[in-house]
Amino acid sequence: MAEKRLMYGNHALVEGIIYAGCRFFAGYPITPQNEVPEYMSIRMNEVGGVFLQTESEIAAINMLFGAGAAGVRATTSSSSPGISLMQEGISYIAGADIPVLVINIVRGGPGLGNIAPAQSDYYQATKGGGHGDYFTITLAPNSAQELFEFPKLAFELAEKYRNPALILADGLLGQMMEPVEFTFEPIDPGKLPEKDYALTGCRGRPRRVVRSYDLRPGKLEELNWKRYKKYQEIIKNEQRYETFNDKDAGLIIIAYGTCARVASAAMKMARDKNLKVGLLRPITLWPFPKDKVAQLSERIKDFLVVEMNCGQMIDDVRMATQFRSRIHFLGRPGGGVPTPPEVLKKIEEIMGGGR
Amino acid sequence: MPEVKILEEICKGCGLCCDGVCPVDILILSPDRINSSGYHPAMVTDMKKCIGCGYCYITCPEPAIEVYK
Amino acid sequence: MKLIFGRPAGLTDVKQRYCPGCGHGIVHRLVAELLVELNIRERAVGIAPVGCSVFADEYFNCDMIQPPHGRGPAVATGIKRARPDCILFSYQGDGDLAAIGTAETVHAAARNENITLIFINNAIYGMTGGQLAPTTLPGMRSTTSVQGRDIVKQGYPIKVCELLAGLDGPYYLVRCAVNTPKNIIRTKKALKTAFQNQINNKGFSLVEILSMCPTGWGMTPVQAKKWIGEVMSKYYPLGEFRNLAKEEK
Repeated sequence: MAEKRLMYGNHALVEGIIYAGCRFFAGYPITPQNEVPEYMSIRMNEVGGVFLQTESEIAAINMLFGAGAAGVRATTSSSSPGISLMQEGISYIAGADIPVLVINIVRGGPGLGNIAPAQSDYYQATKGGGHGDYFTITLAPNSAQELFEFPKLAFELAEKYRNPALILADGLLGQMMEPVEFTFEPIDPGKLPEKDYALTGCRGRPRRVVRSYDLRPGKLEELNWKRYKKYQEIIKNEQRYETFNDKDAGLIIIAYGTCARVASAAMKMARDKNLKVGLLRPITLWPFPKDKVAQLSERIKDFLVVEMNCGQMIDDVRMATQFRSRIHFLGRPGGGVPTPPEVLKKIEEIMGGGR
Repeated sequence: MPEVKILEEICKGCGLCCDGVCPVDILILSPDRINSSGYHPAMVTDMKKCIGCGYCYITCPEPAIEVYK
Repeated sequence: MKLIFGRPAGLTDVKQRYCPGCGHGIVHRLVAELLVELNIRERAVGIAPVGCSVFADEYFNCDMIQPPHGRGPAVATGIKRARPDCILFSYQGDGDLAAIGTAETVHAAARNENITLIFINNAIYGMTGGQLAPTTLPGMRSTTSVQGRDIVKQGYPIKVCELLAGLDGPYYLVRCAVNTPKNIIRTKKALKTAFQNQINNKGFSLVEILSMCPTGWGMTPVQAKKWIGEVMSKYYPLGEFRNLAKEEK
């Protein structure tokens, strides 16, 4: 049996990054993710990796651009305002088709907002984020276990499709202590395959160029269509989700991350009251698990979206249901976290109490 | 005998090599030749005087000058 | 007949798009010569800025990357830390290095990051059409200071070498020019020192180069090179501002 440890979510995340064979981290302090760089600085020192505390998030993401272009697994971690600063760099990285991993421990916004848990960066994470036609693969863990496991998955997807990947979590997941099972052996970065785009010096091969620009007439358009095809592939292959009690459900809650935990508790309370409630938890926010939602919408009349924002996922759900179902919403923006009784109350409003 | 070769198609006729750079002063912009980009390329007036110092090459931004010895 | 001076193998065959008399081409050639002479072309990763020399990624015959405006030193840091055997040079203009990328420049210097910065100071934004640069001289005209730089409204230029010399971090800071053969030879020597510092793991080197922008300055190439000698180099004096190698001796 694999080793099991009681860990903070943020520490599990750091171990997950190290276990994924990443030996490059650059970041700037910001609450509520400071345990990540703090613990990372110790762990990178132990494993002989690179840890850089940068002058800004802008510098951090550009160091990632360099390290990613040099062909190594590279990670940065930040929270909402810092991720906004990184958007320029993420756009360039997406435009140069370089895989990197960006962690966003989302906090209340907009602006400086607050440091409480939030999901208000859903649009930014799933609709591109910066300028230009691009998407970032976005994973939404909901436990310390997944915080440990998702960096490896994120790197695998990022490298498979040569695209930046995001892990979207929040302070609540990071601060929570849970048992974590070390479900896979640590990856030796020296044994990862060489990248055919990596900048390593052109000894014995033609020189390589990493760039996001092309001023030749029509060429950038070609490049964008090529990338569009890649995104269609990702949408086709990589929609990830979990469903609970969907077989007999009359109403399905759609929630990710912390909200999925809350929704799960509410679902159990509802079931105790004989309310047939199910749950769909998107694991990839981009690509959104639209195929599953579409399939469910053939039968399910009511969906309840629960988010820690003003309803940013509703559009994705509504489009997936092709307007066949009613979409209800319970949201807590600005750092609020919904409680299971709140969600239950909403369920009862929709389904009628104790039916 | 050293020899300077002007790559006329690469030369942009900036004239940096013609202005007091050549110690024997044998470079000018050609008054009658025009390359396909529309520039008057540099030319050597008297190759026999060339000492092969390479200053013209050193000054040339393109580089549109080769020096042979 | 043997070729003694000619296009170095450190340059690709691509014809450079710079204006006639632009200093970029001279510096490109010097760097390219050194890539060959120091036998580092196959270890080198160059960084092209945003600005006129954005196309440097087509011109240097080595691995190249083109990052966001001003972020060259951060990208260079990322590559250098990931691949310490690579030789990194970040080629940047004044807008790139001394305006939008000031923070990245200062902090790379403070860390004494083992990279080489090549800083082209032509006191103007060339690519965008001749606007005021962080290095535009007091009184100097640009398309956004048509009456000349007014130090009351637009402040003073930034003297990068002097600024960085206030830090403990950097190993080598030098200002050169490419207006005369003698200065060009000195510039090459400075660039050579900068690359050698990196090869010997000494740390951060910055070579600032006063460079002609005849188009942006509204001058002929010959007027432009003279202006560097008569005006620009008076405001930006040439010479070494830091050379820790000399102190180590």
